[in-house]
Amino acid sequence: MADRKLRVLVAKPGLDGHDRGAKVIARALRDAGMEVIYTGLRQTPEQIVSAVVQEDVDALLMSILSGAHDYLFPRVMDLLRERGVRDLLVLGGGVIPEEDVPGLKAVGITEVFGPGTSTEIIVKYVQEKAKK
Amino acid sequence: MFDPKKIEDIRDQAKNWDEKVEKSLTKNPERKKDFQTTSGIEVRRFFSPPDIAAWDYMRDLNLPGEYPYTRGVQPTMFRGRFWTMRQYAGFGSAEDTNKRYRYLLEQGQTGLSVAFDLPTQIGYDSDHPLAQGEVGKVGVAIDSVQDMEVLFNRIPLDQVSTSMTINSPAAILLAMYIVIAEKQGITPDKLNGTIQNDILKEYSSRGTYIFPPKPSMRIITNTFAYCAKEIPNWNSISISGYHMREAGCTAVQEVAFTLANGIAYVEAAIKAGMDVDVFGPRLSFFFNAHLDFLEEVAKFRAARRLWARIMKERFKAKNPRSLMLRFHTQTAGCTLTAQQPHNNIVRVGWQALAAVLGGTQSLHTNSMDEALALPSEQSVQIALRTQQMIAYESGAADTVDPLGGSFYIETLTDEIEKRASDYLARIDQMGGAVAAIEKGYIQQEIQESAYRYQKEIEAGDRVIVGVNRFQTKEPSPKGLLKVDPMVRETQMRRLAELRASRDPQRVETALQALREVAQGDGNLMFPILDGVRANCTLGEICDVLRGVFGEYEPMVKV
Repeated sequence: MADRKLRVLVAKPGLDGHDRGAKVIARALRDAGMEVIYTGLRQTPEQIVSAVVQEDVDALLMSILSGAHDYLFPRVMDLLRERGVRDLLVLGGGVIPEEDVPGLKAVGITEVFGPGTSTEIIVKYVQEKAKK
Repeated sequence: MFDPKKIEDIRDQAKNWDEKVEKSLTKNPERKKDFQTTSGIEVRRFFSPPDIAAWDYMRDLNLPGEYPYTRGVQPTMFRGRFWTMRQYAGFGSAEDTNKRYRYLLEQGQTGLSVAFDLPTQIGYDSDHPLAQGEVGKVGVAIDSVQDMEVLFNRIPLDQVSTSMTINSPAAILLAMYIVIAEKQGITPDKLNGTIQNDILKEYSSRGTYIFPPKPSMRIITNTFAYCAKEIPNWNSISISGYHMREAGCTAVQEVAFTLANGIAYVEAAIKAGMDVDVFGPRLSFFFNAHLDFLEEVAKFRAARRLWARIMKERFKAKNPRSLMLRFHTQTAGCTLTAQQPHNNIVRVGWQALAAVLGGTQSLHTNSMDEALALPSEQSVQIALRTQQMIAYESGAADTVDPLGGSFYIETLTDEIEKRASDYLARIDQMGGAVAAIEKGYIQQEIQESAYRYQKEIEAGDRVIVGVNRFQTKEPSPKGLLKVDPMVRETQMRRLAELRASRDPQRVETALQALREVAQGDGNLMFPILDGVRANCTLGEICDVLRGVFGEYEPMVKV
C-alpha cells in the first residue's frame, strides 16, 4: 500500500441538479479516509477532464440522473484519451438502464452502479481498484 | 377539552401498566430499543389523552374549512369533489408529449402537469452547446411559442388546469401559455393552473437556477403582481418542499424549509408594495408523500395549521383565502427501488393514501419504473388507477380528515408544528431563508439528513424491502421508455426555420425593450409577453436577462 491517501473526483456532468447521491458518496469516501473533491453541479466534460488532470486523481466518479449519460459519459472518456489520461478508474452512477451499461463499458467506464447500491460497496470498489 | 382529574387517572393507570409491561420485556422484548419517526420524533408504545391534555379543539383544529384549517381548507373536502388527479409528464418533442397528455386525459386524469427538459428549465435553446445530450430527456423541449402551441394542440385551455414545473424561466413559459390561449380565443381570466416559480428551493436542492437571488425574487414578485391582476385563477407560485425532501431532509425540515421560503416570498412581495391579501390567496404549495405513513398525514395537517397562523399573526392577512395552505402532493420518487420494481406500486399506494388523508388538493402518483427510466404508458396507467381506486373504492374520501382526533396523529401534528417553528425561529435569526441559503445552512441540514438516512439503511436499522432485506435474483426489466435521440436534431431544425422566417427587426426591438425594463424596475411580464409574441426564443429572452442580472454562483460544500 502506498502511504498517500487516495484522491477521488466526484463529478456531476450535464444540467441535472440531483446531487443527493453524489454528495452522500463523496461523504462516504471521505469518511473512509480518501481525499475527495466534489465539482458541484453543471460541469461540462471539458471542466471535468481538466479537474482530473489538475488534481491528479486516482478515480473519477460521475453521477447523472437525467438520462444524458449516453452522450456525456462517452464524451468525458474521449477527452480523457485526448489528454493522455489512461488507466483511470471511472465509475458511473444514477438512473442508468441496464441495457445502456455494455455500451458505457465499451467506451472505458469501468463500472456502473445503479440506485440502491450501498456506499460500502462503492468505497470498497474504489479502494481495491484505484491506482496509486 | 379533557377533565384534568380523568387525565390524572389515566396517567396513574398507565404508570402501573408500564411497570407491568417493562417486566415482561425481558421475556418478550420489543423489536427495537427506540422507535422514532423519520424526523426523529419519539414514537411511544401507545398514545392517549394525557399526550394531548393541553389541546383545545376549537383553537387547534376547529371545523373543516375554518381557521386554522387543520382539518382541511374546504368544509366538505372530497365529499364535494375529489382532488385533482394530475400526473407530471413530458418527454421528447412537443408532439410526443401532446400525445401522452391526450392519453392521460382519455384515461380520466383531471389536470395536466408539464415536465420540461433541463435546457428549457435552465434557459438554453435546444441548439445551445450545453444542451447536448439533454434535449427531451427529463421533459419536453420548448424553445419557442410554436413548440408550446404543438404541446397543447387539441387541448382546450379553458377546460383543463395546467401546472408547469418551471422556475427561473417561469415568467416566459407563462407568457407562452397566455399567448397560445389567445390564439385559441381564450382570454387570460379563463385560465387555470400553476407555475412552480419557486427559486429558493432550486438553490437549496433542485439545481435549475439561472440568476442570483435578488433579481430572481424580483421576477417572482413581478409575476405575483401580473397574475393577481390579469389571471385571477392562476397560482402564481407553488412553494415546494417536495424537492428538499427528495434531496434527503426529514418531514419536520420539509415543513420548516418550505414555510421559511414562503415567508421570504411574502416579505419580498410586501416590500415591493403589494397587499398581502392581493397575492396571498394565489400562493400554493407542493409537498412530498414519503414512507412514514402516519407522520406524513400529520405533516400535512401541521403545515396547514402553521401557515394559517403565520399569515394571520405575522403578516396580518385578513382574507381567509390568504390563510389557506392549498397544496399539491407527489409520492416520494426517492423511495422507489430499482430492485423488484413491482413493489413500488404498493409503496405509492400508501403514500397516495397519506396525501388524501392529509387533505391534498391535487396528487401525482409515481410509476413503478421511475427508478429505472421515464415511466412507460402502462406503468403510468397503474399509477393513475391507484388514485382512482383510493377515490372511488377505499371510502377514505367520504368524511373530512378521518384521522383527526387520533391521539397519535394529534401528538405528531403538534410536535411537527413545534419543531418546524423552532427551525423558523433559527432561520429568522439568520436573516431569513435567502440568507440561510446563501450561508449554506439549509443545504447542510438537508445533506446531513440524507447521509444519516443512507447510513441507517446500510446499518440495517432501516429496512427497505428488496434492497437490504428480502432480496431476490431478478431478470433485468423490459419495456422501459426510451426517448428518441433525434429530438435534438428536430428541435435544431425547427429553431433554424423559426429564425429564418420571423421578423428580425421585431425580435431585436422586443429584446431591447426587455433589456431596458430589466435595467429599470418595471414589471418584466409585459416585455416578456411582447418578446414571446415576436417569436423570440426562450434562450434569447434568458440571455438578455443573464446579461443584465448575471448568473448564480452556488456555494459547493460537502
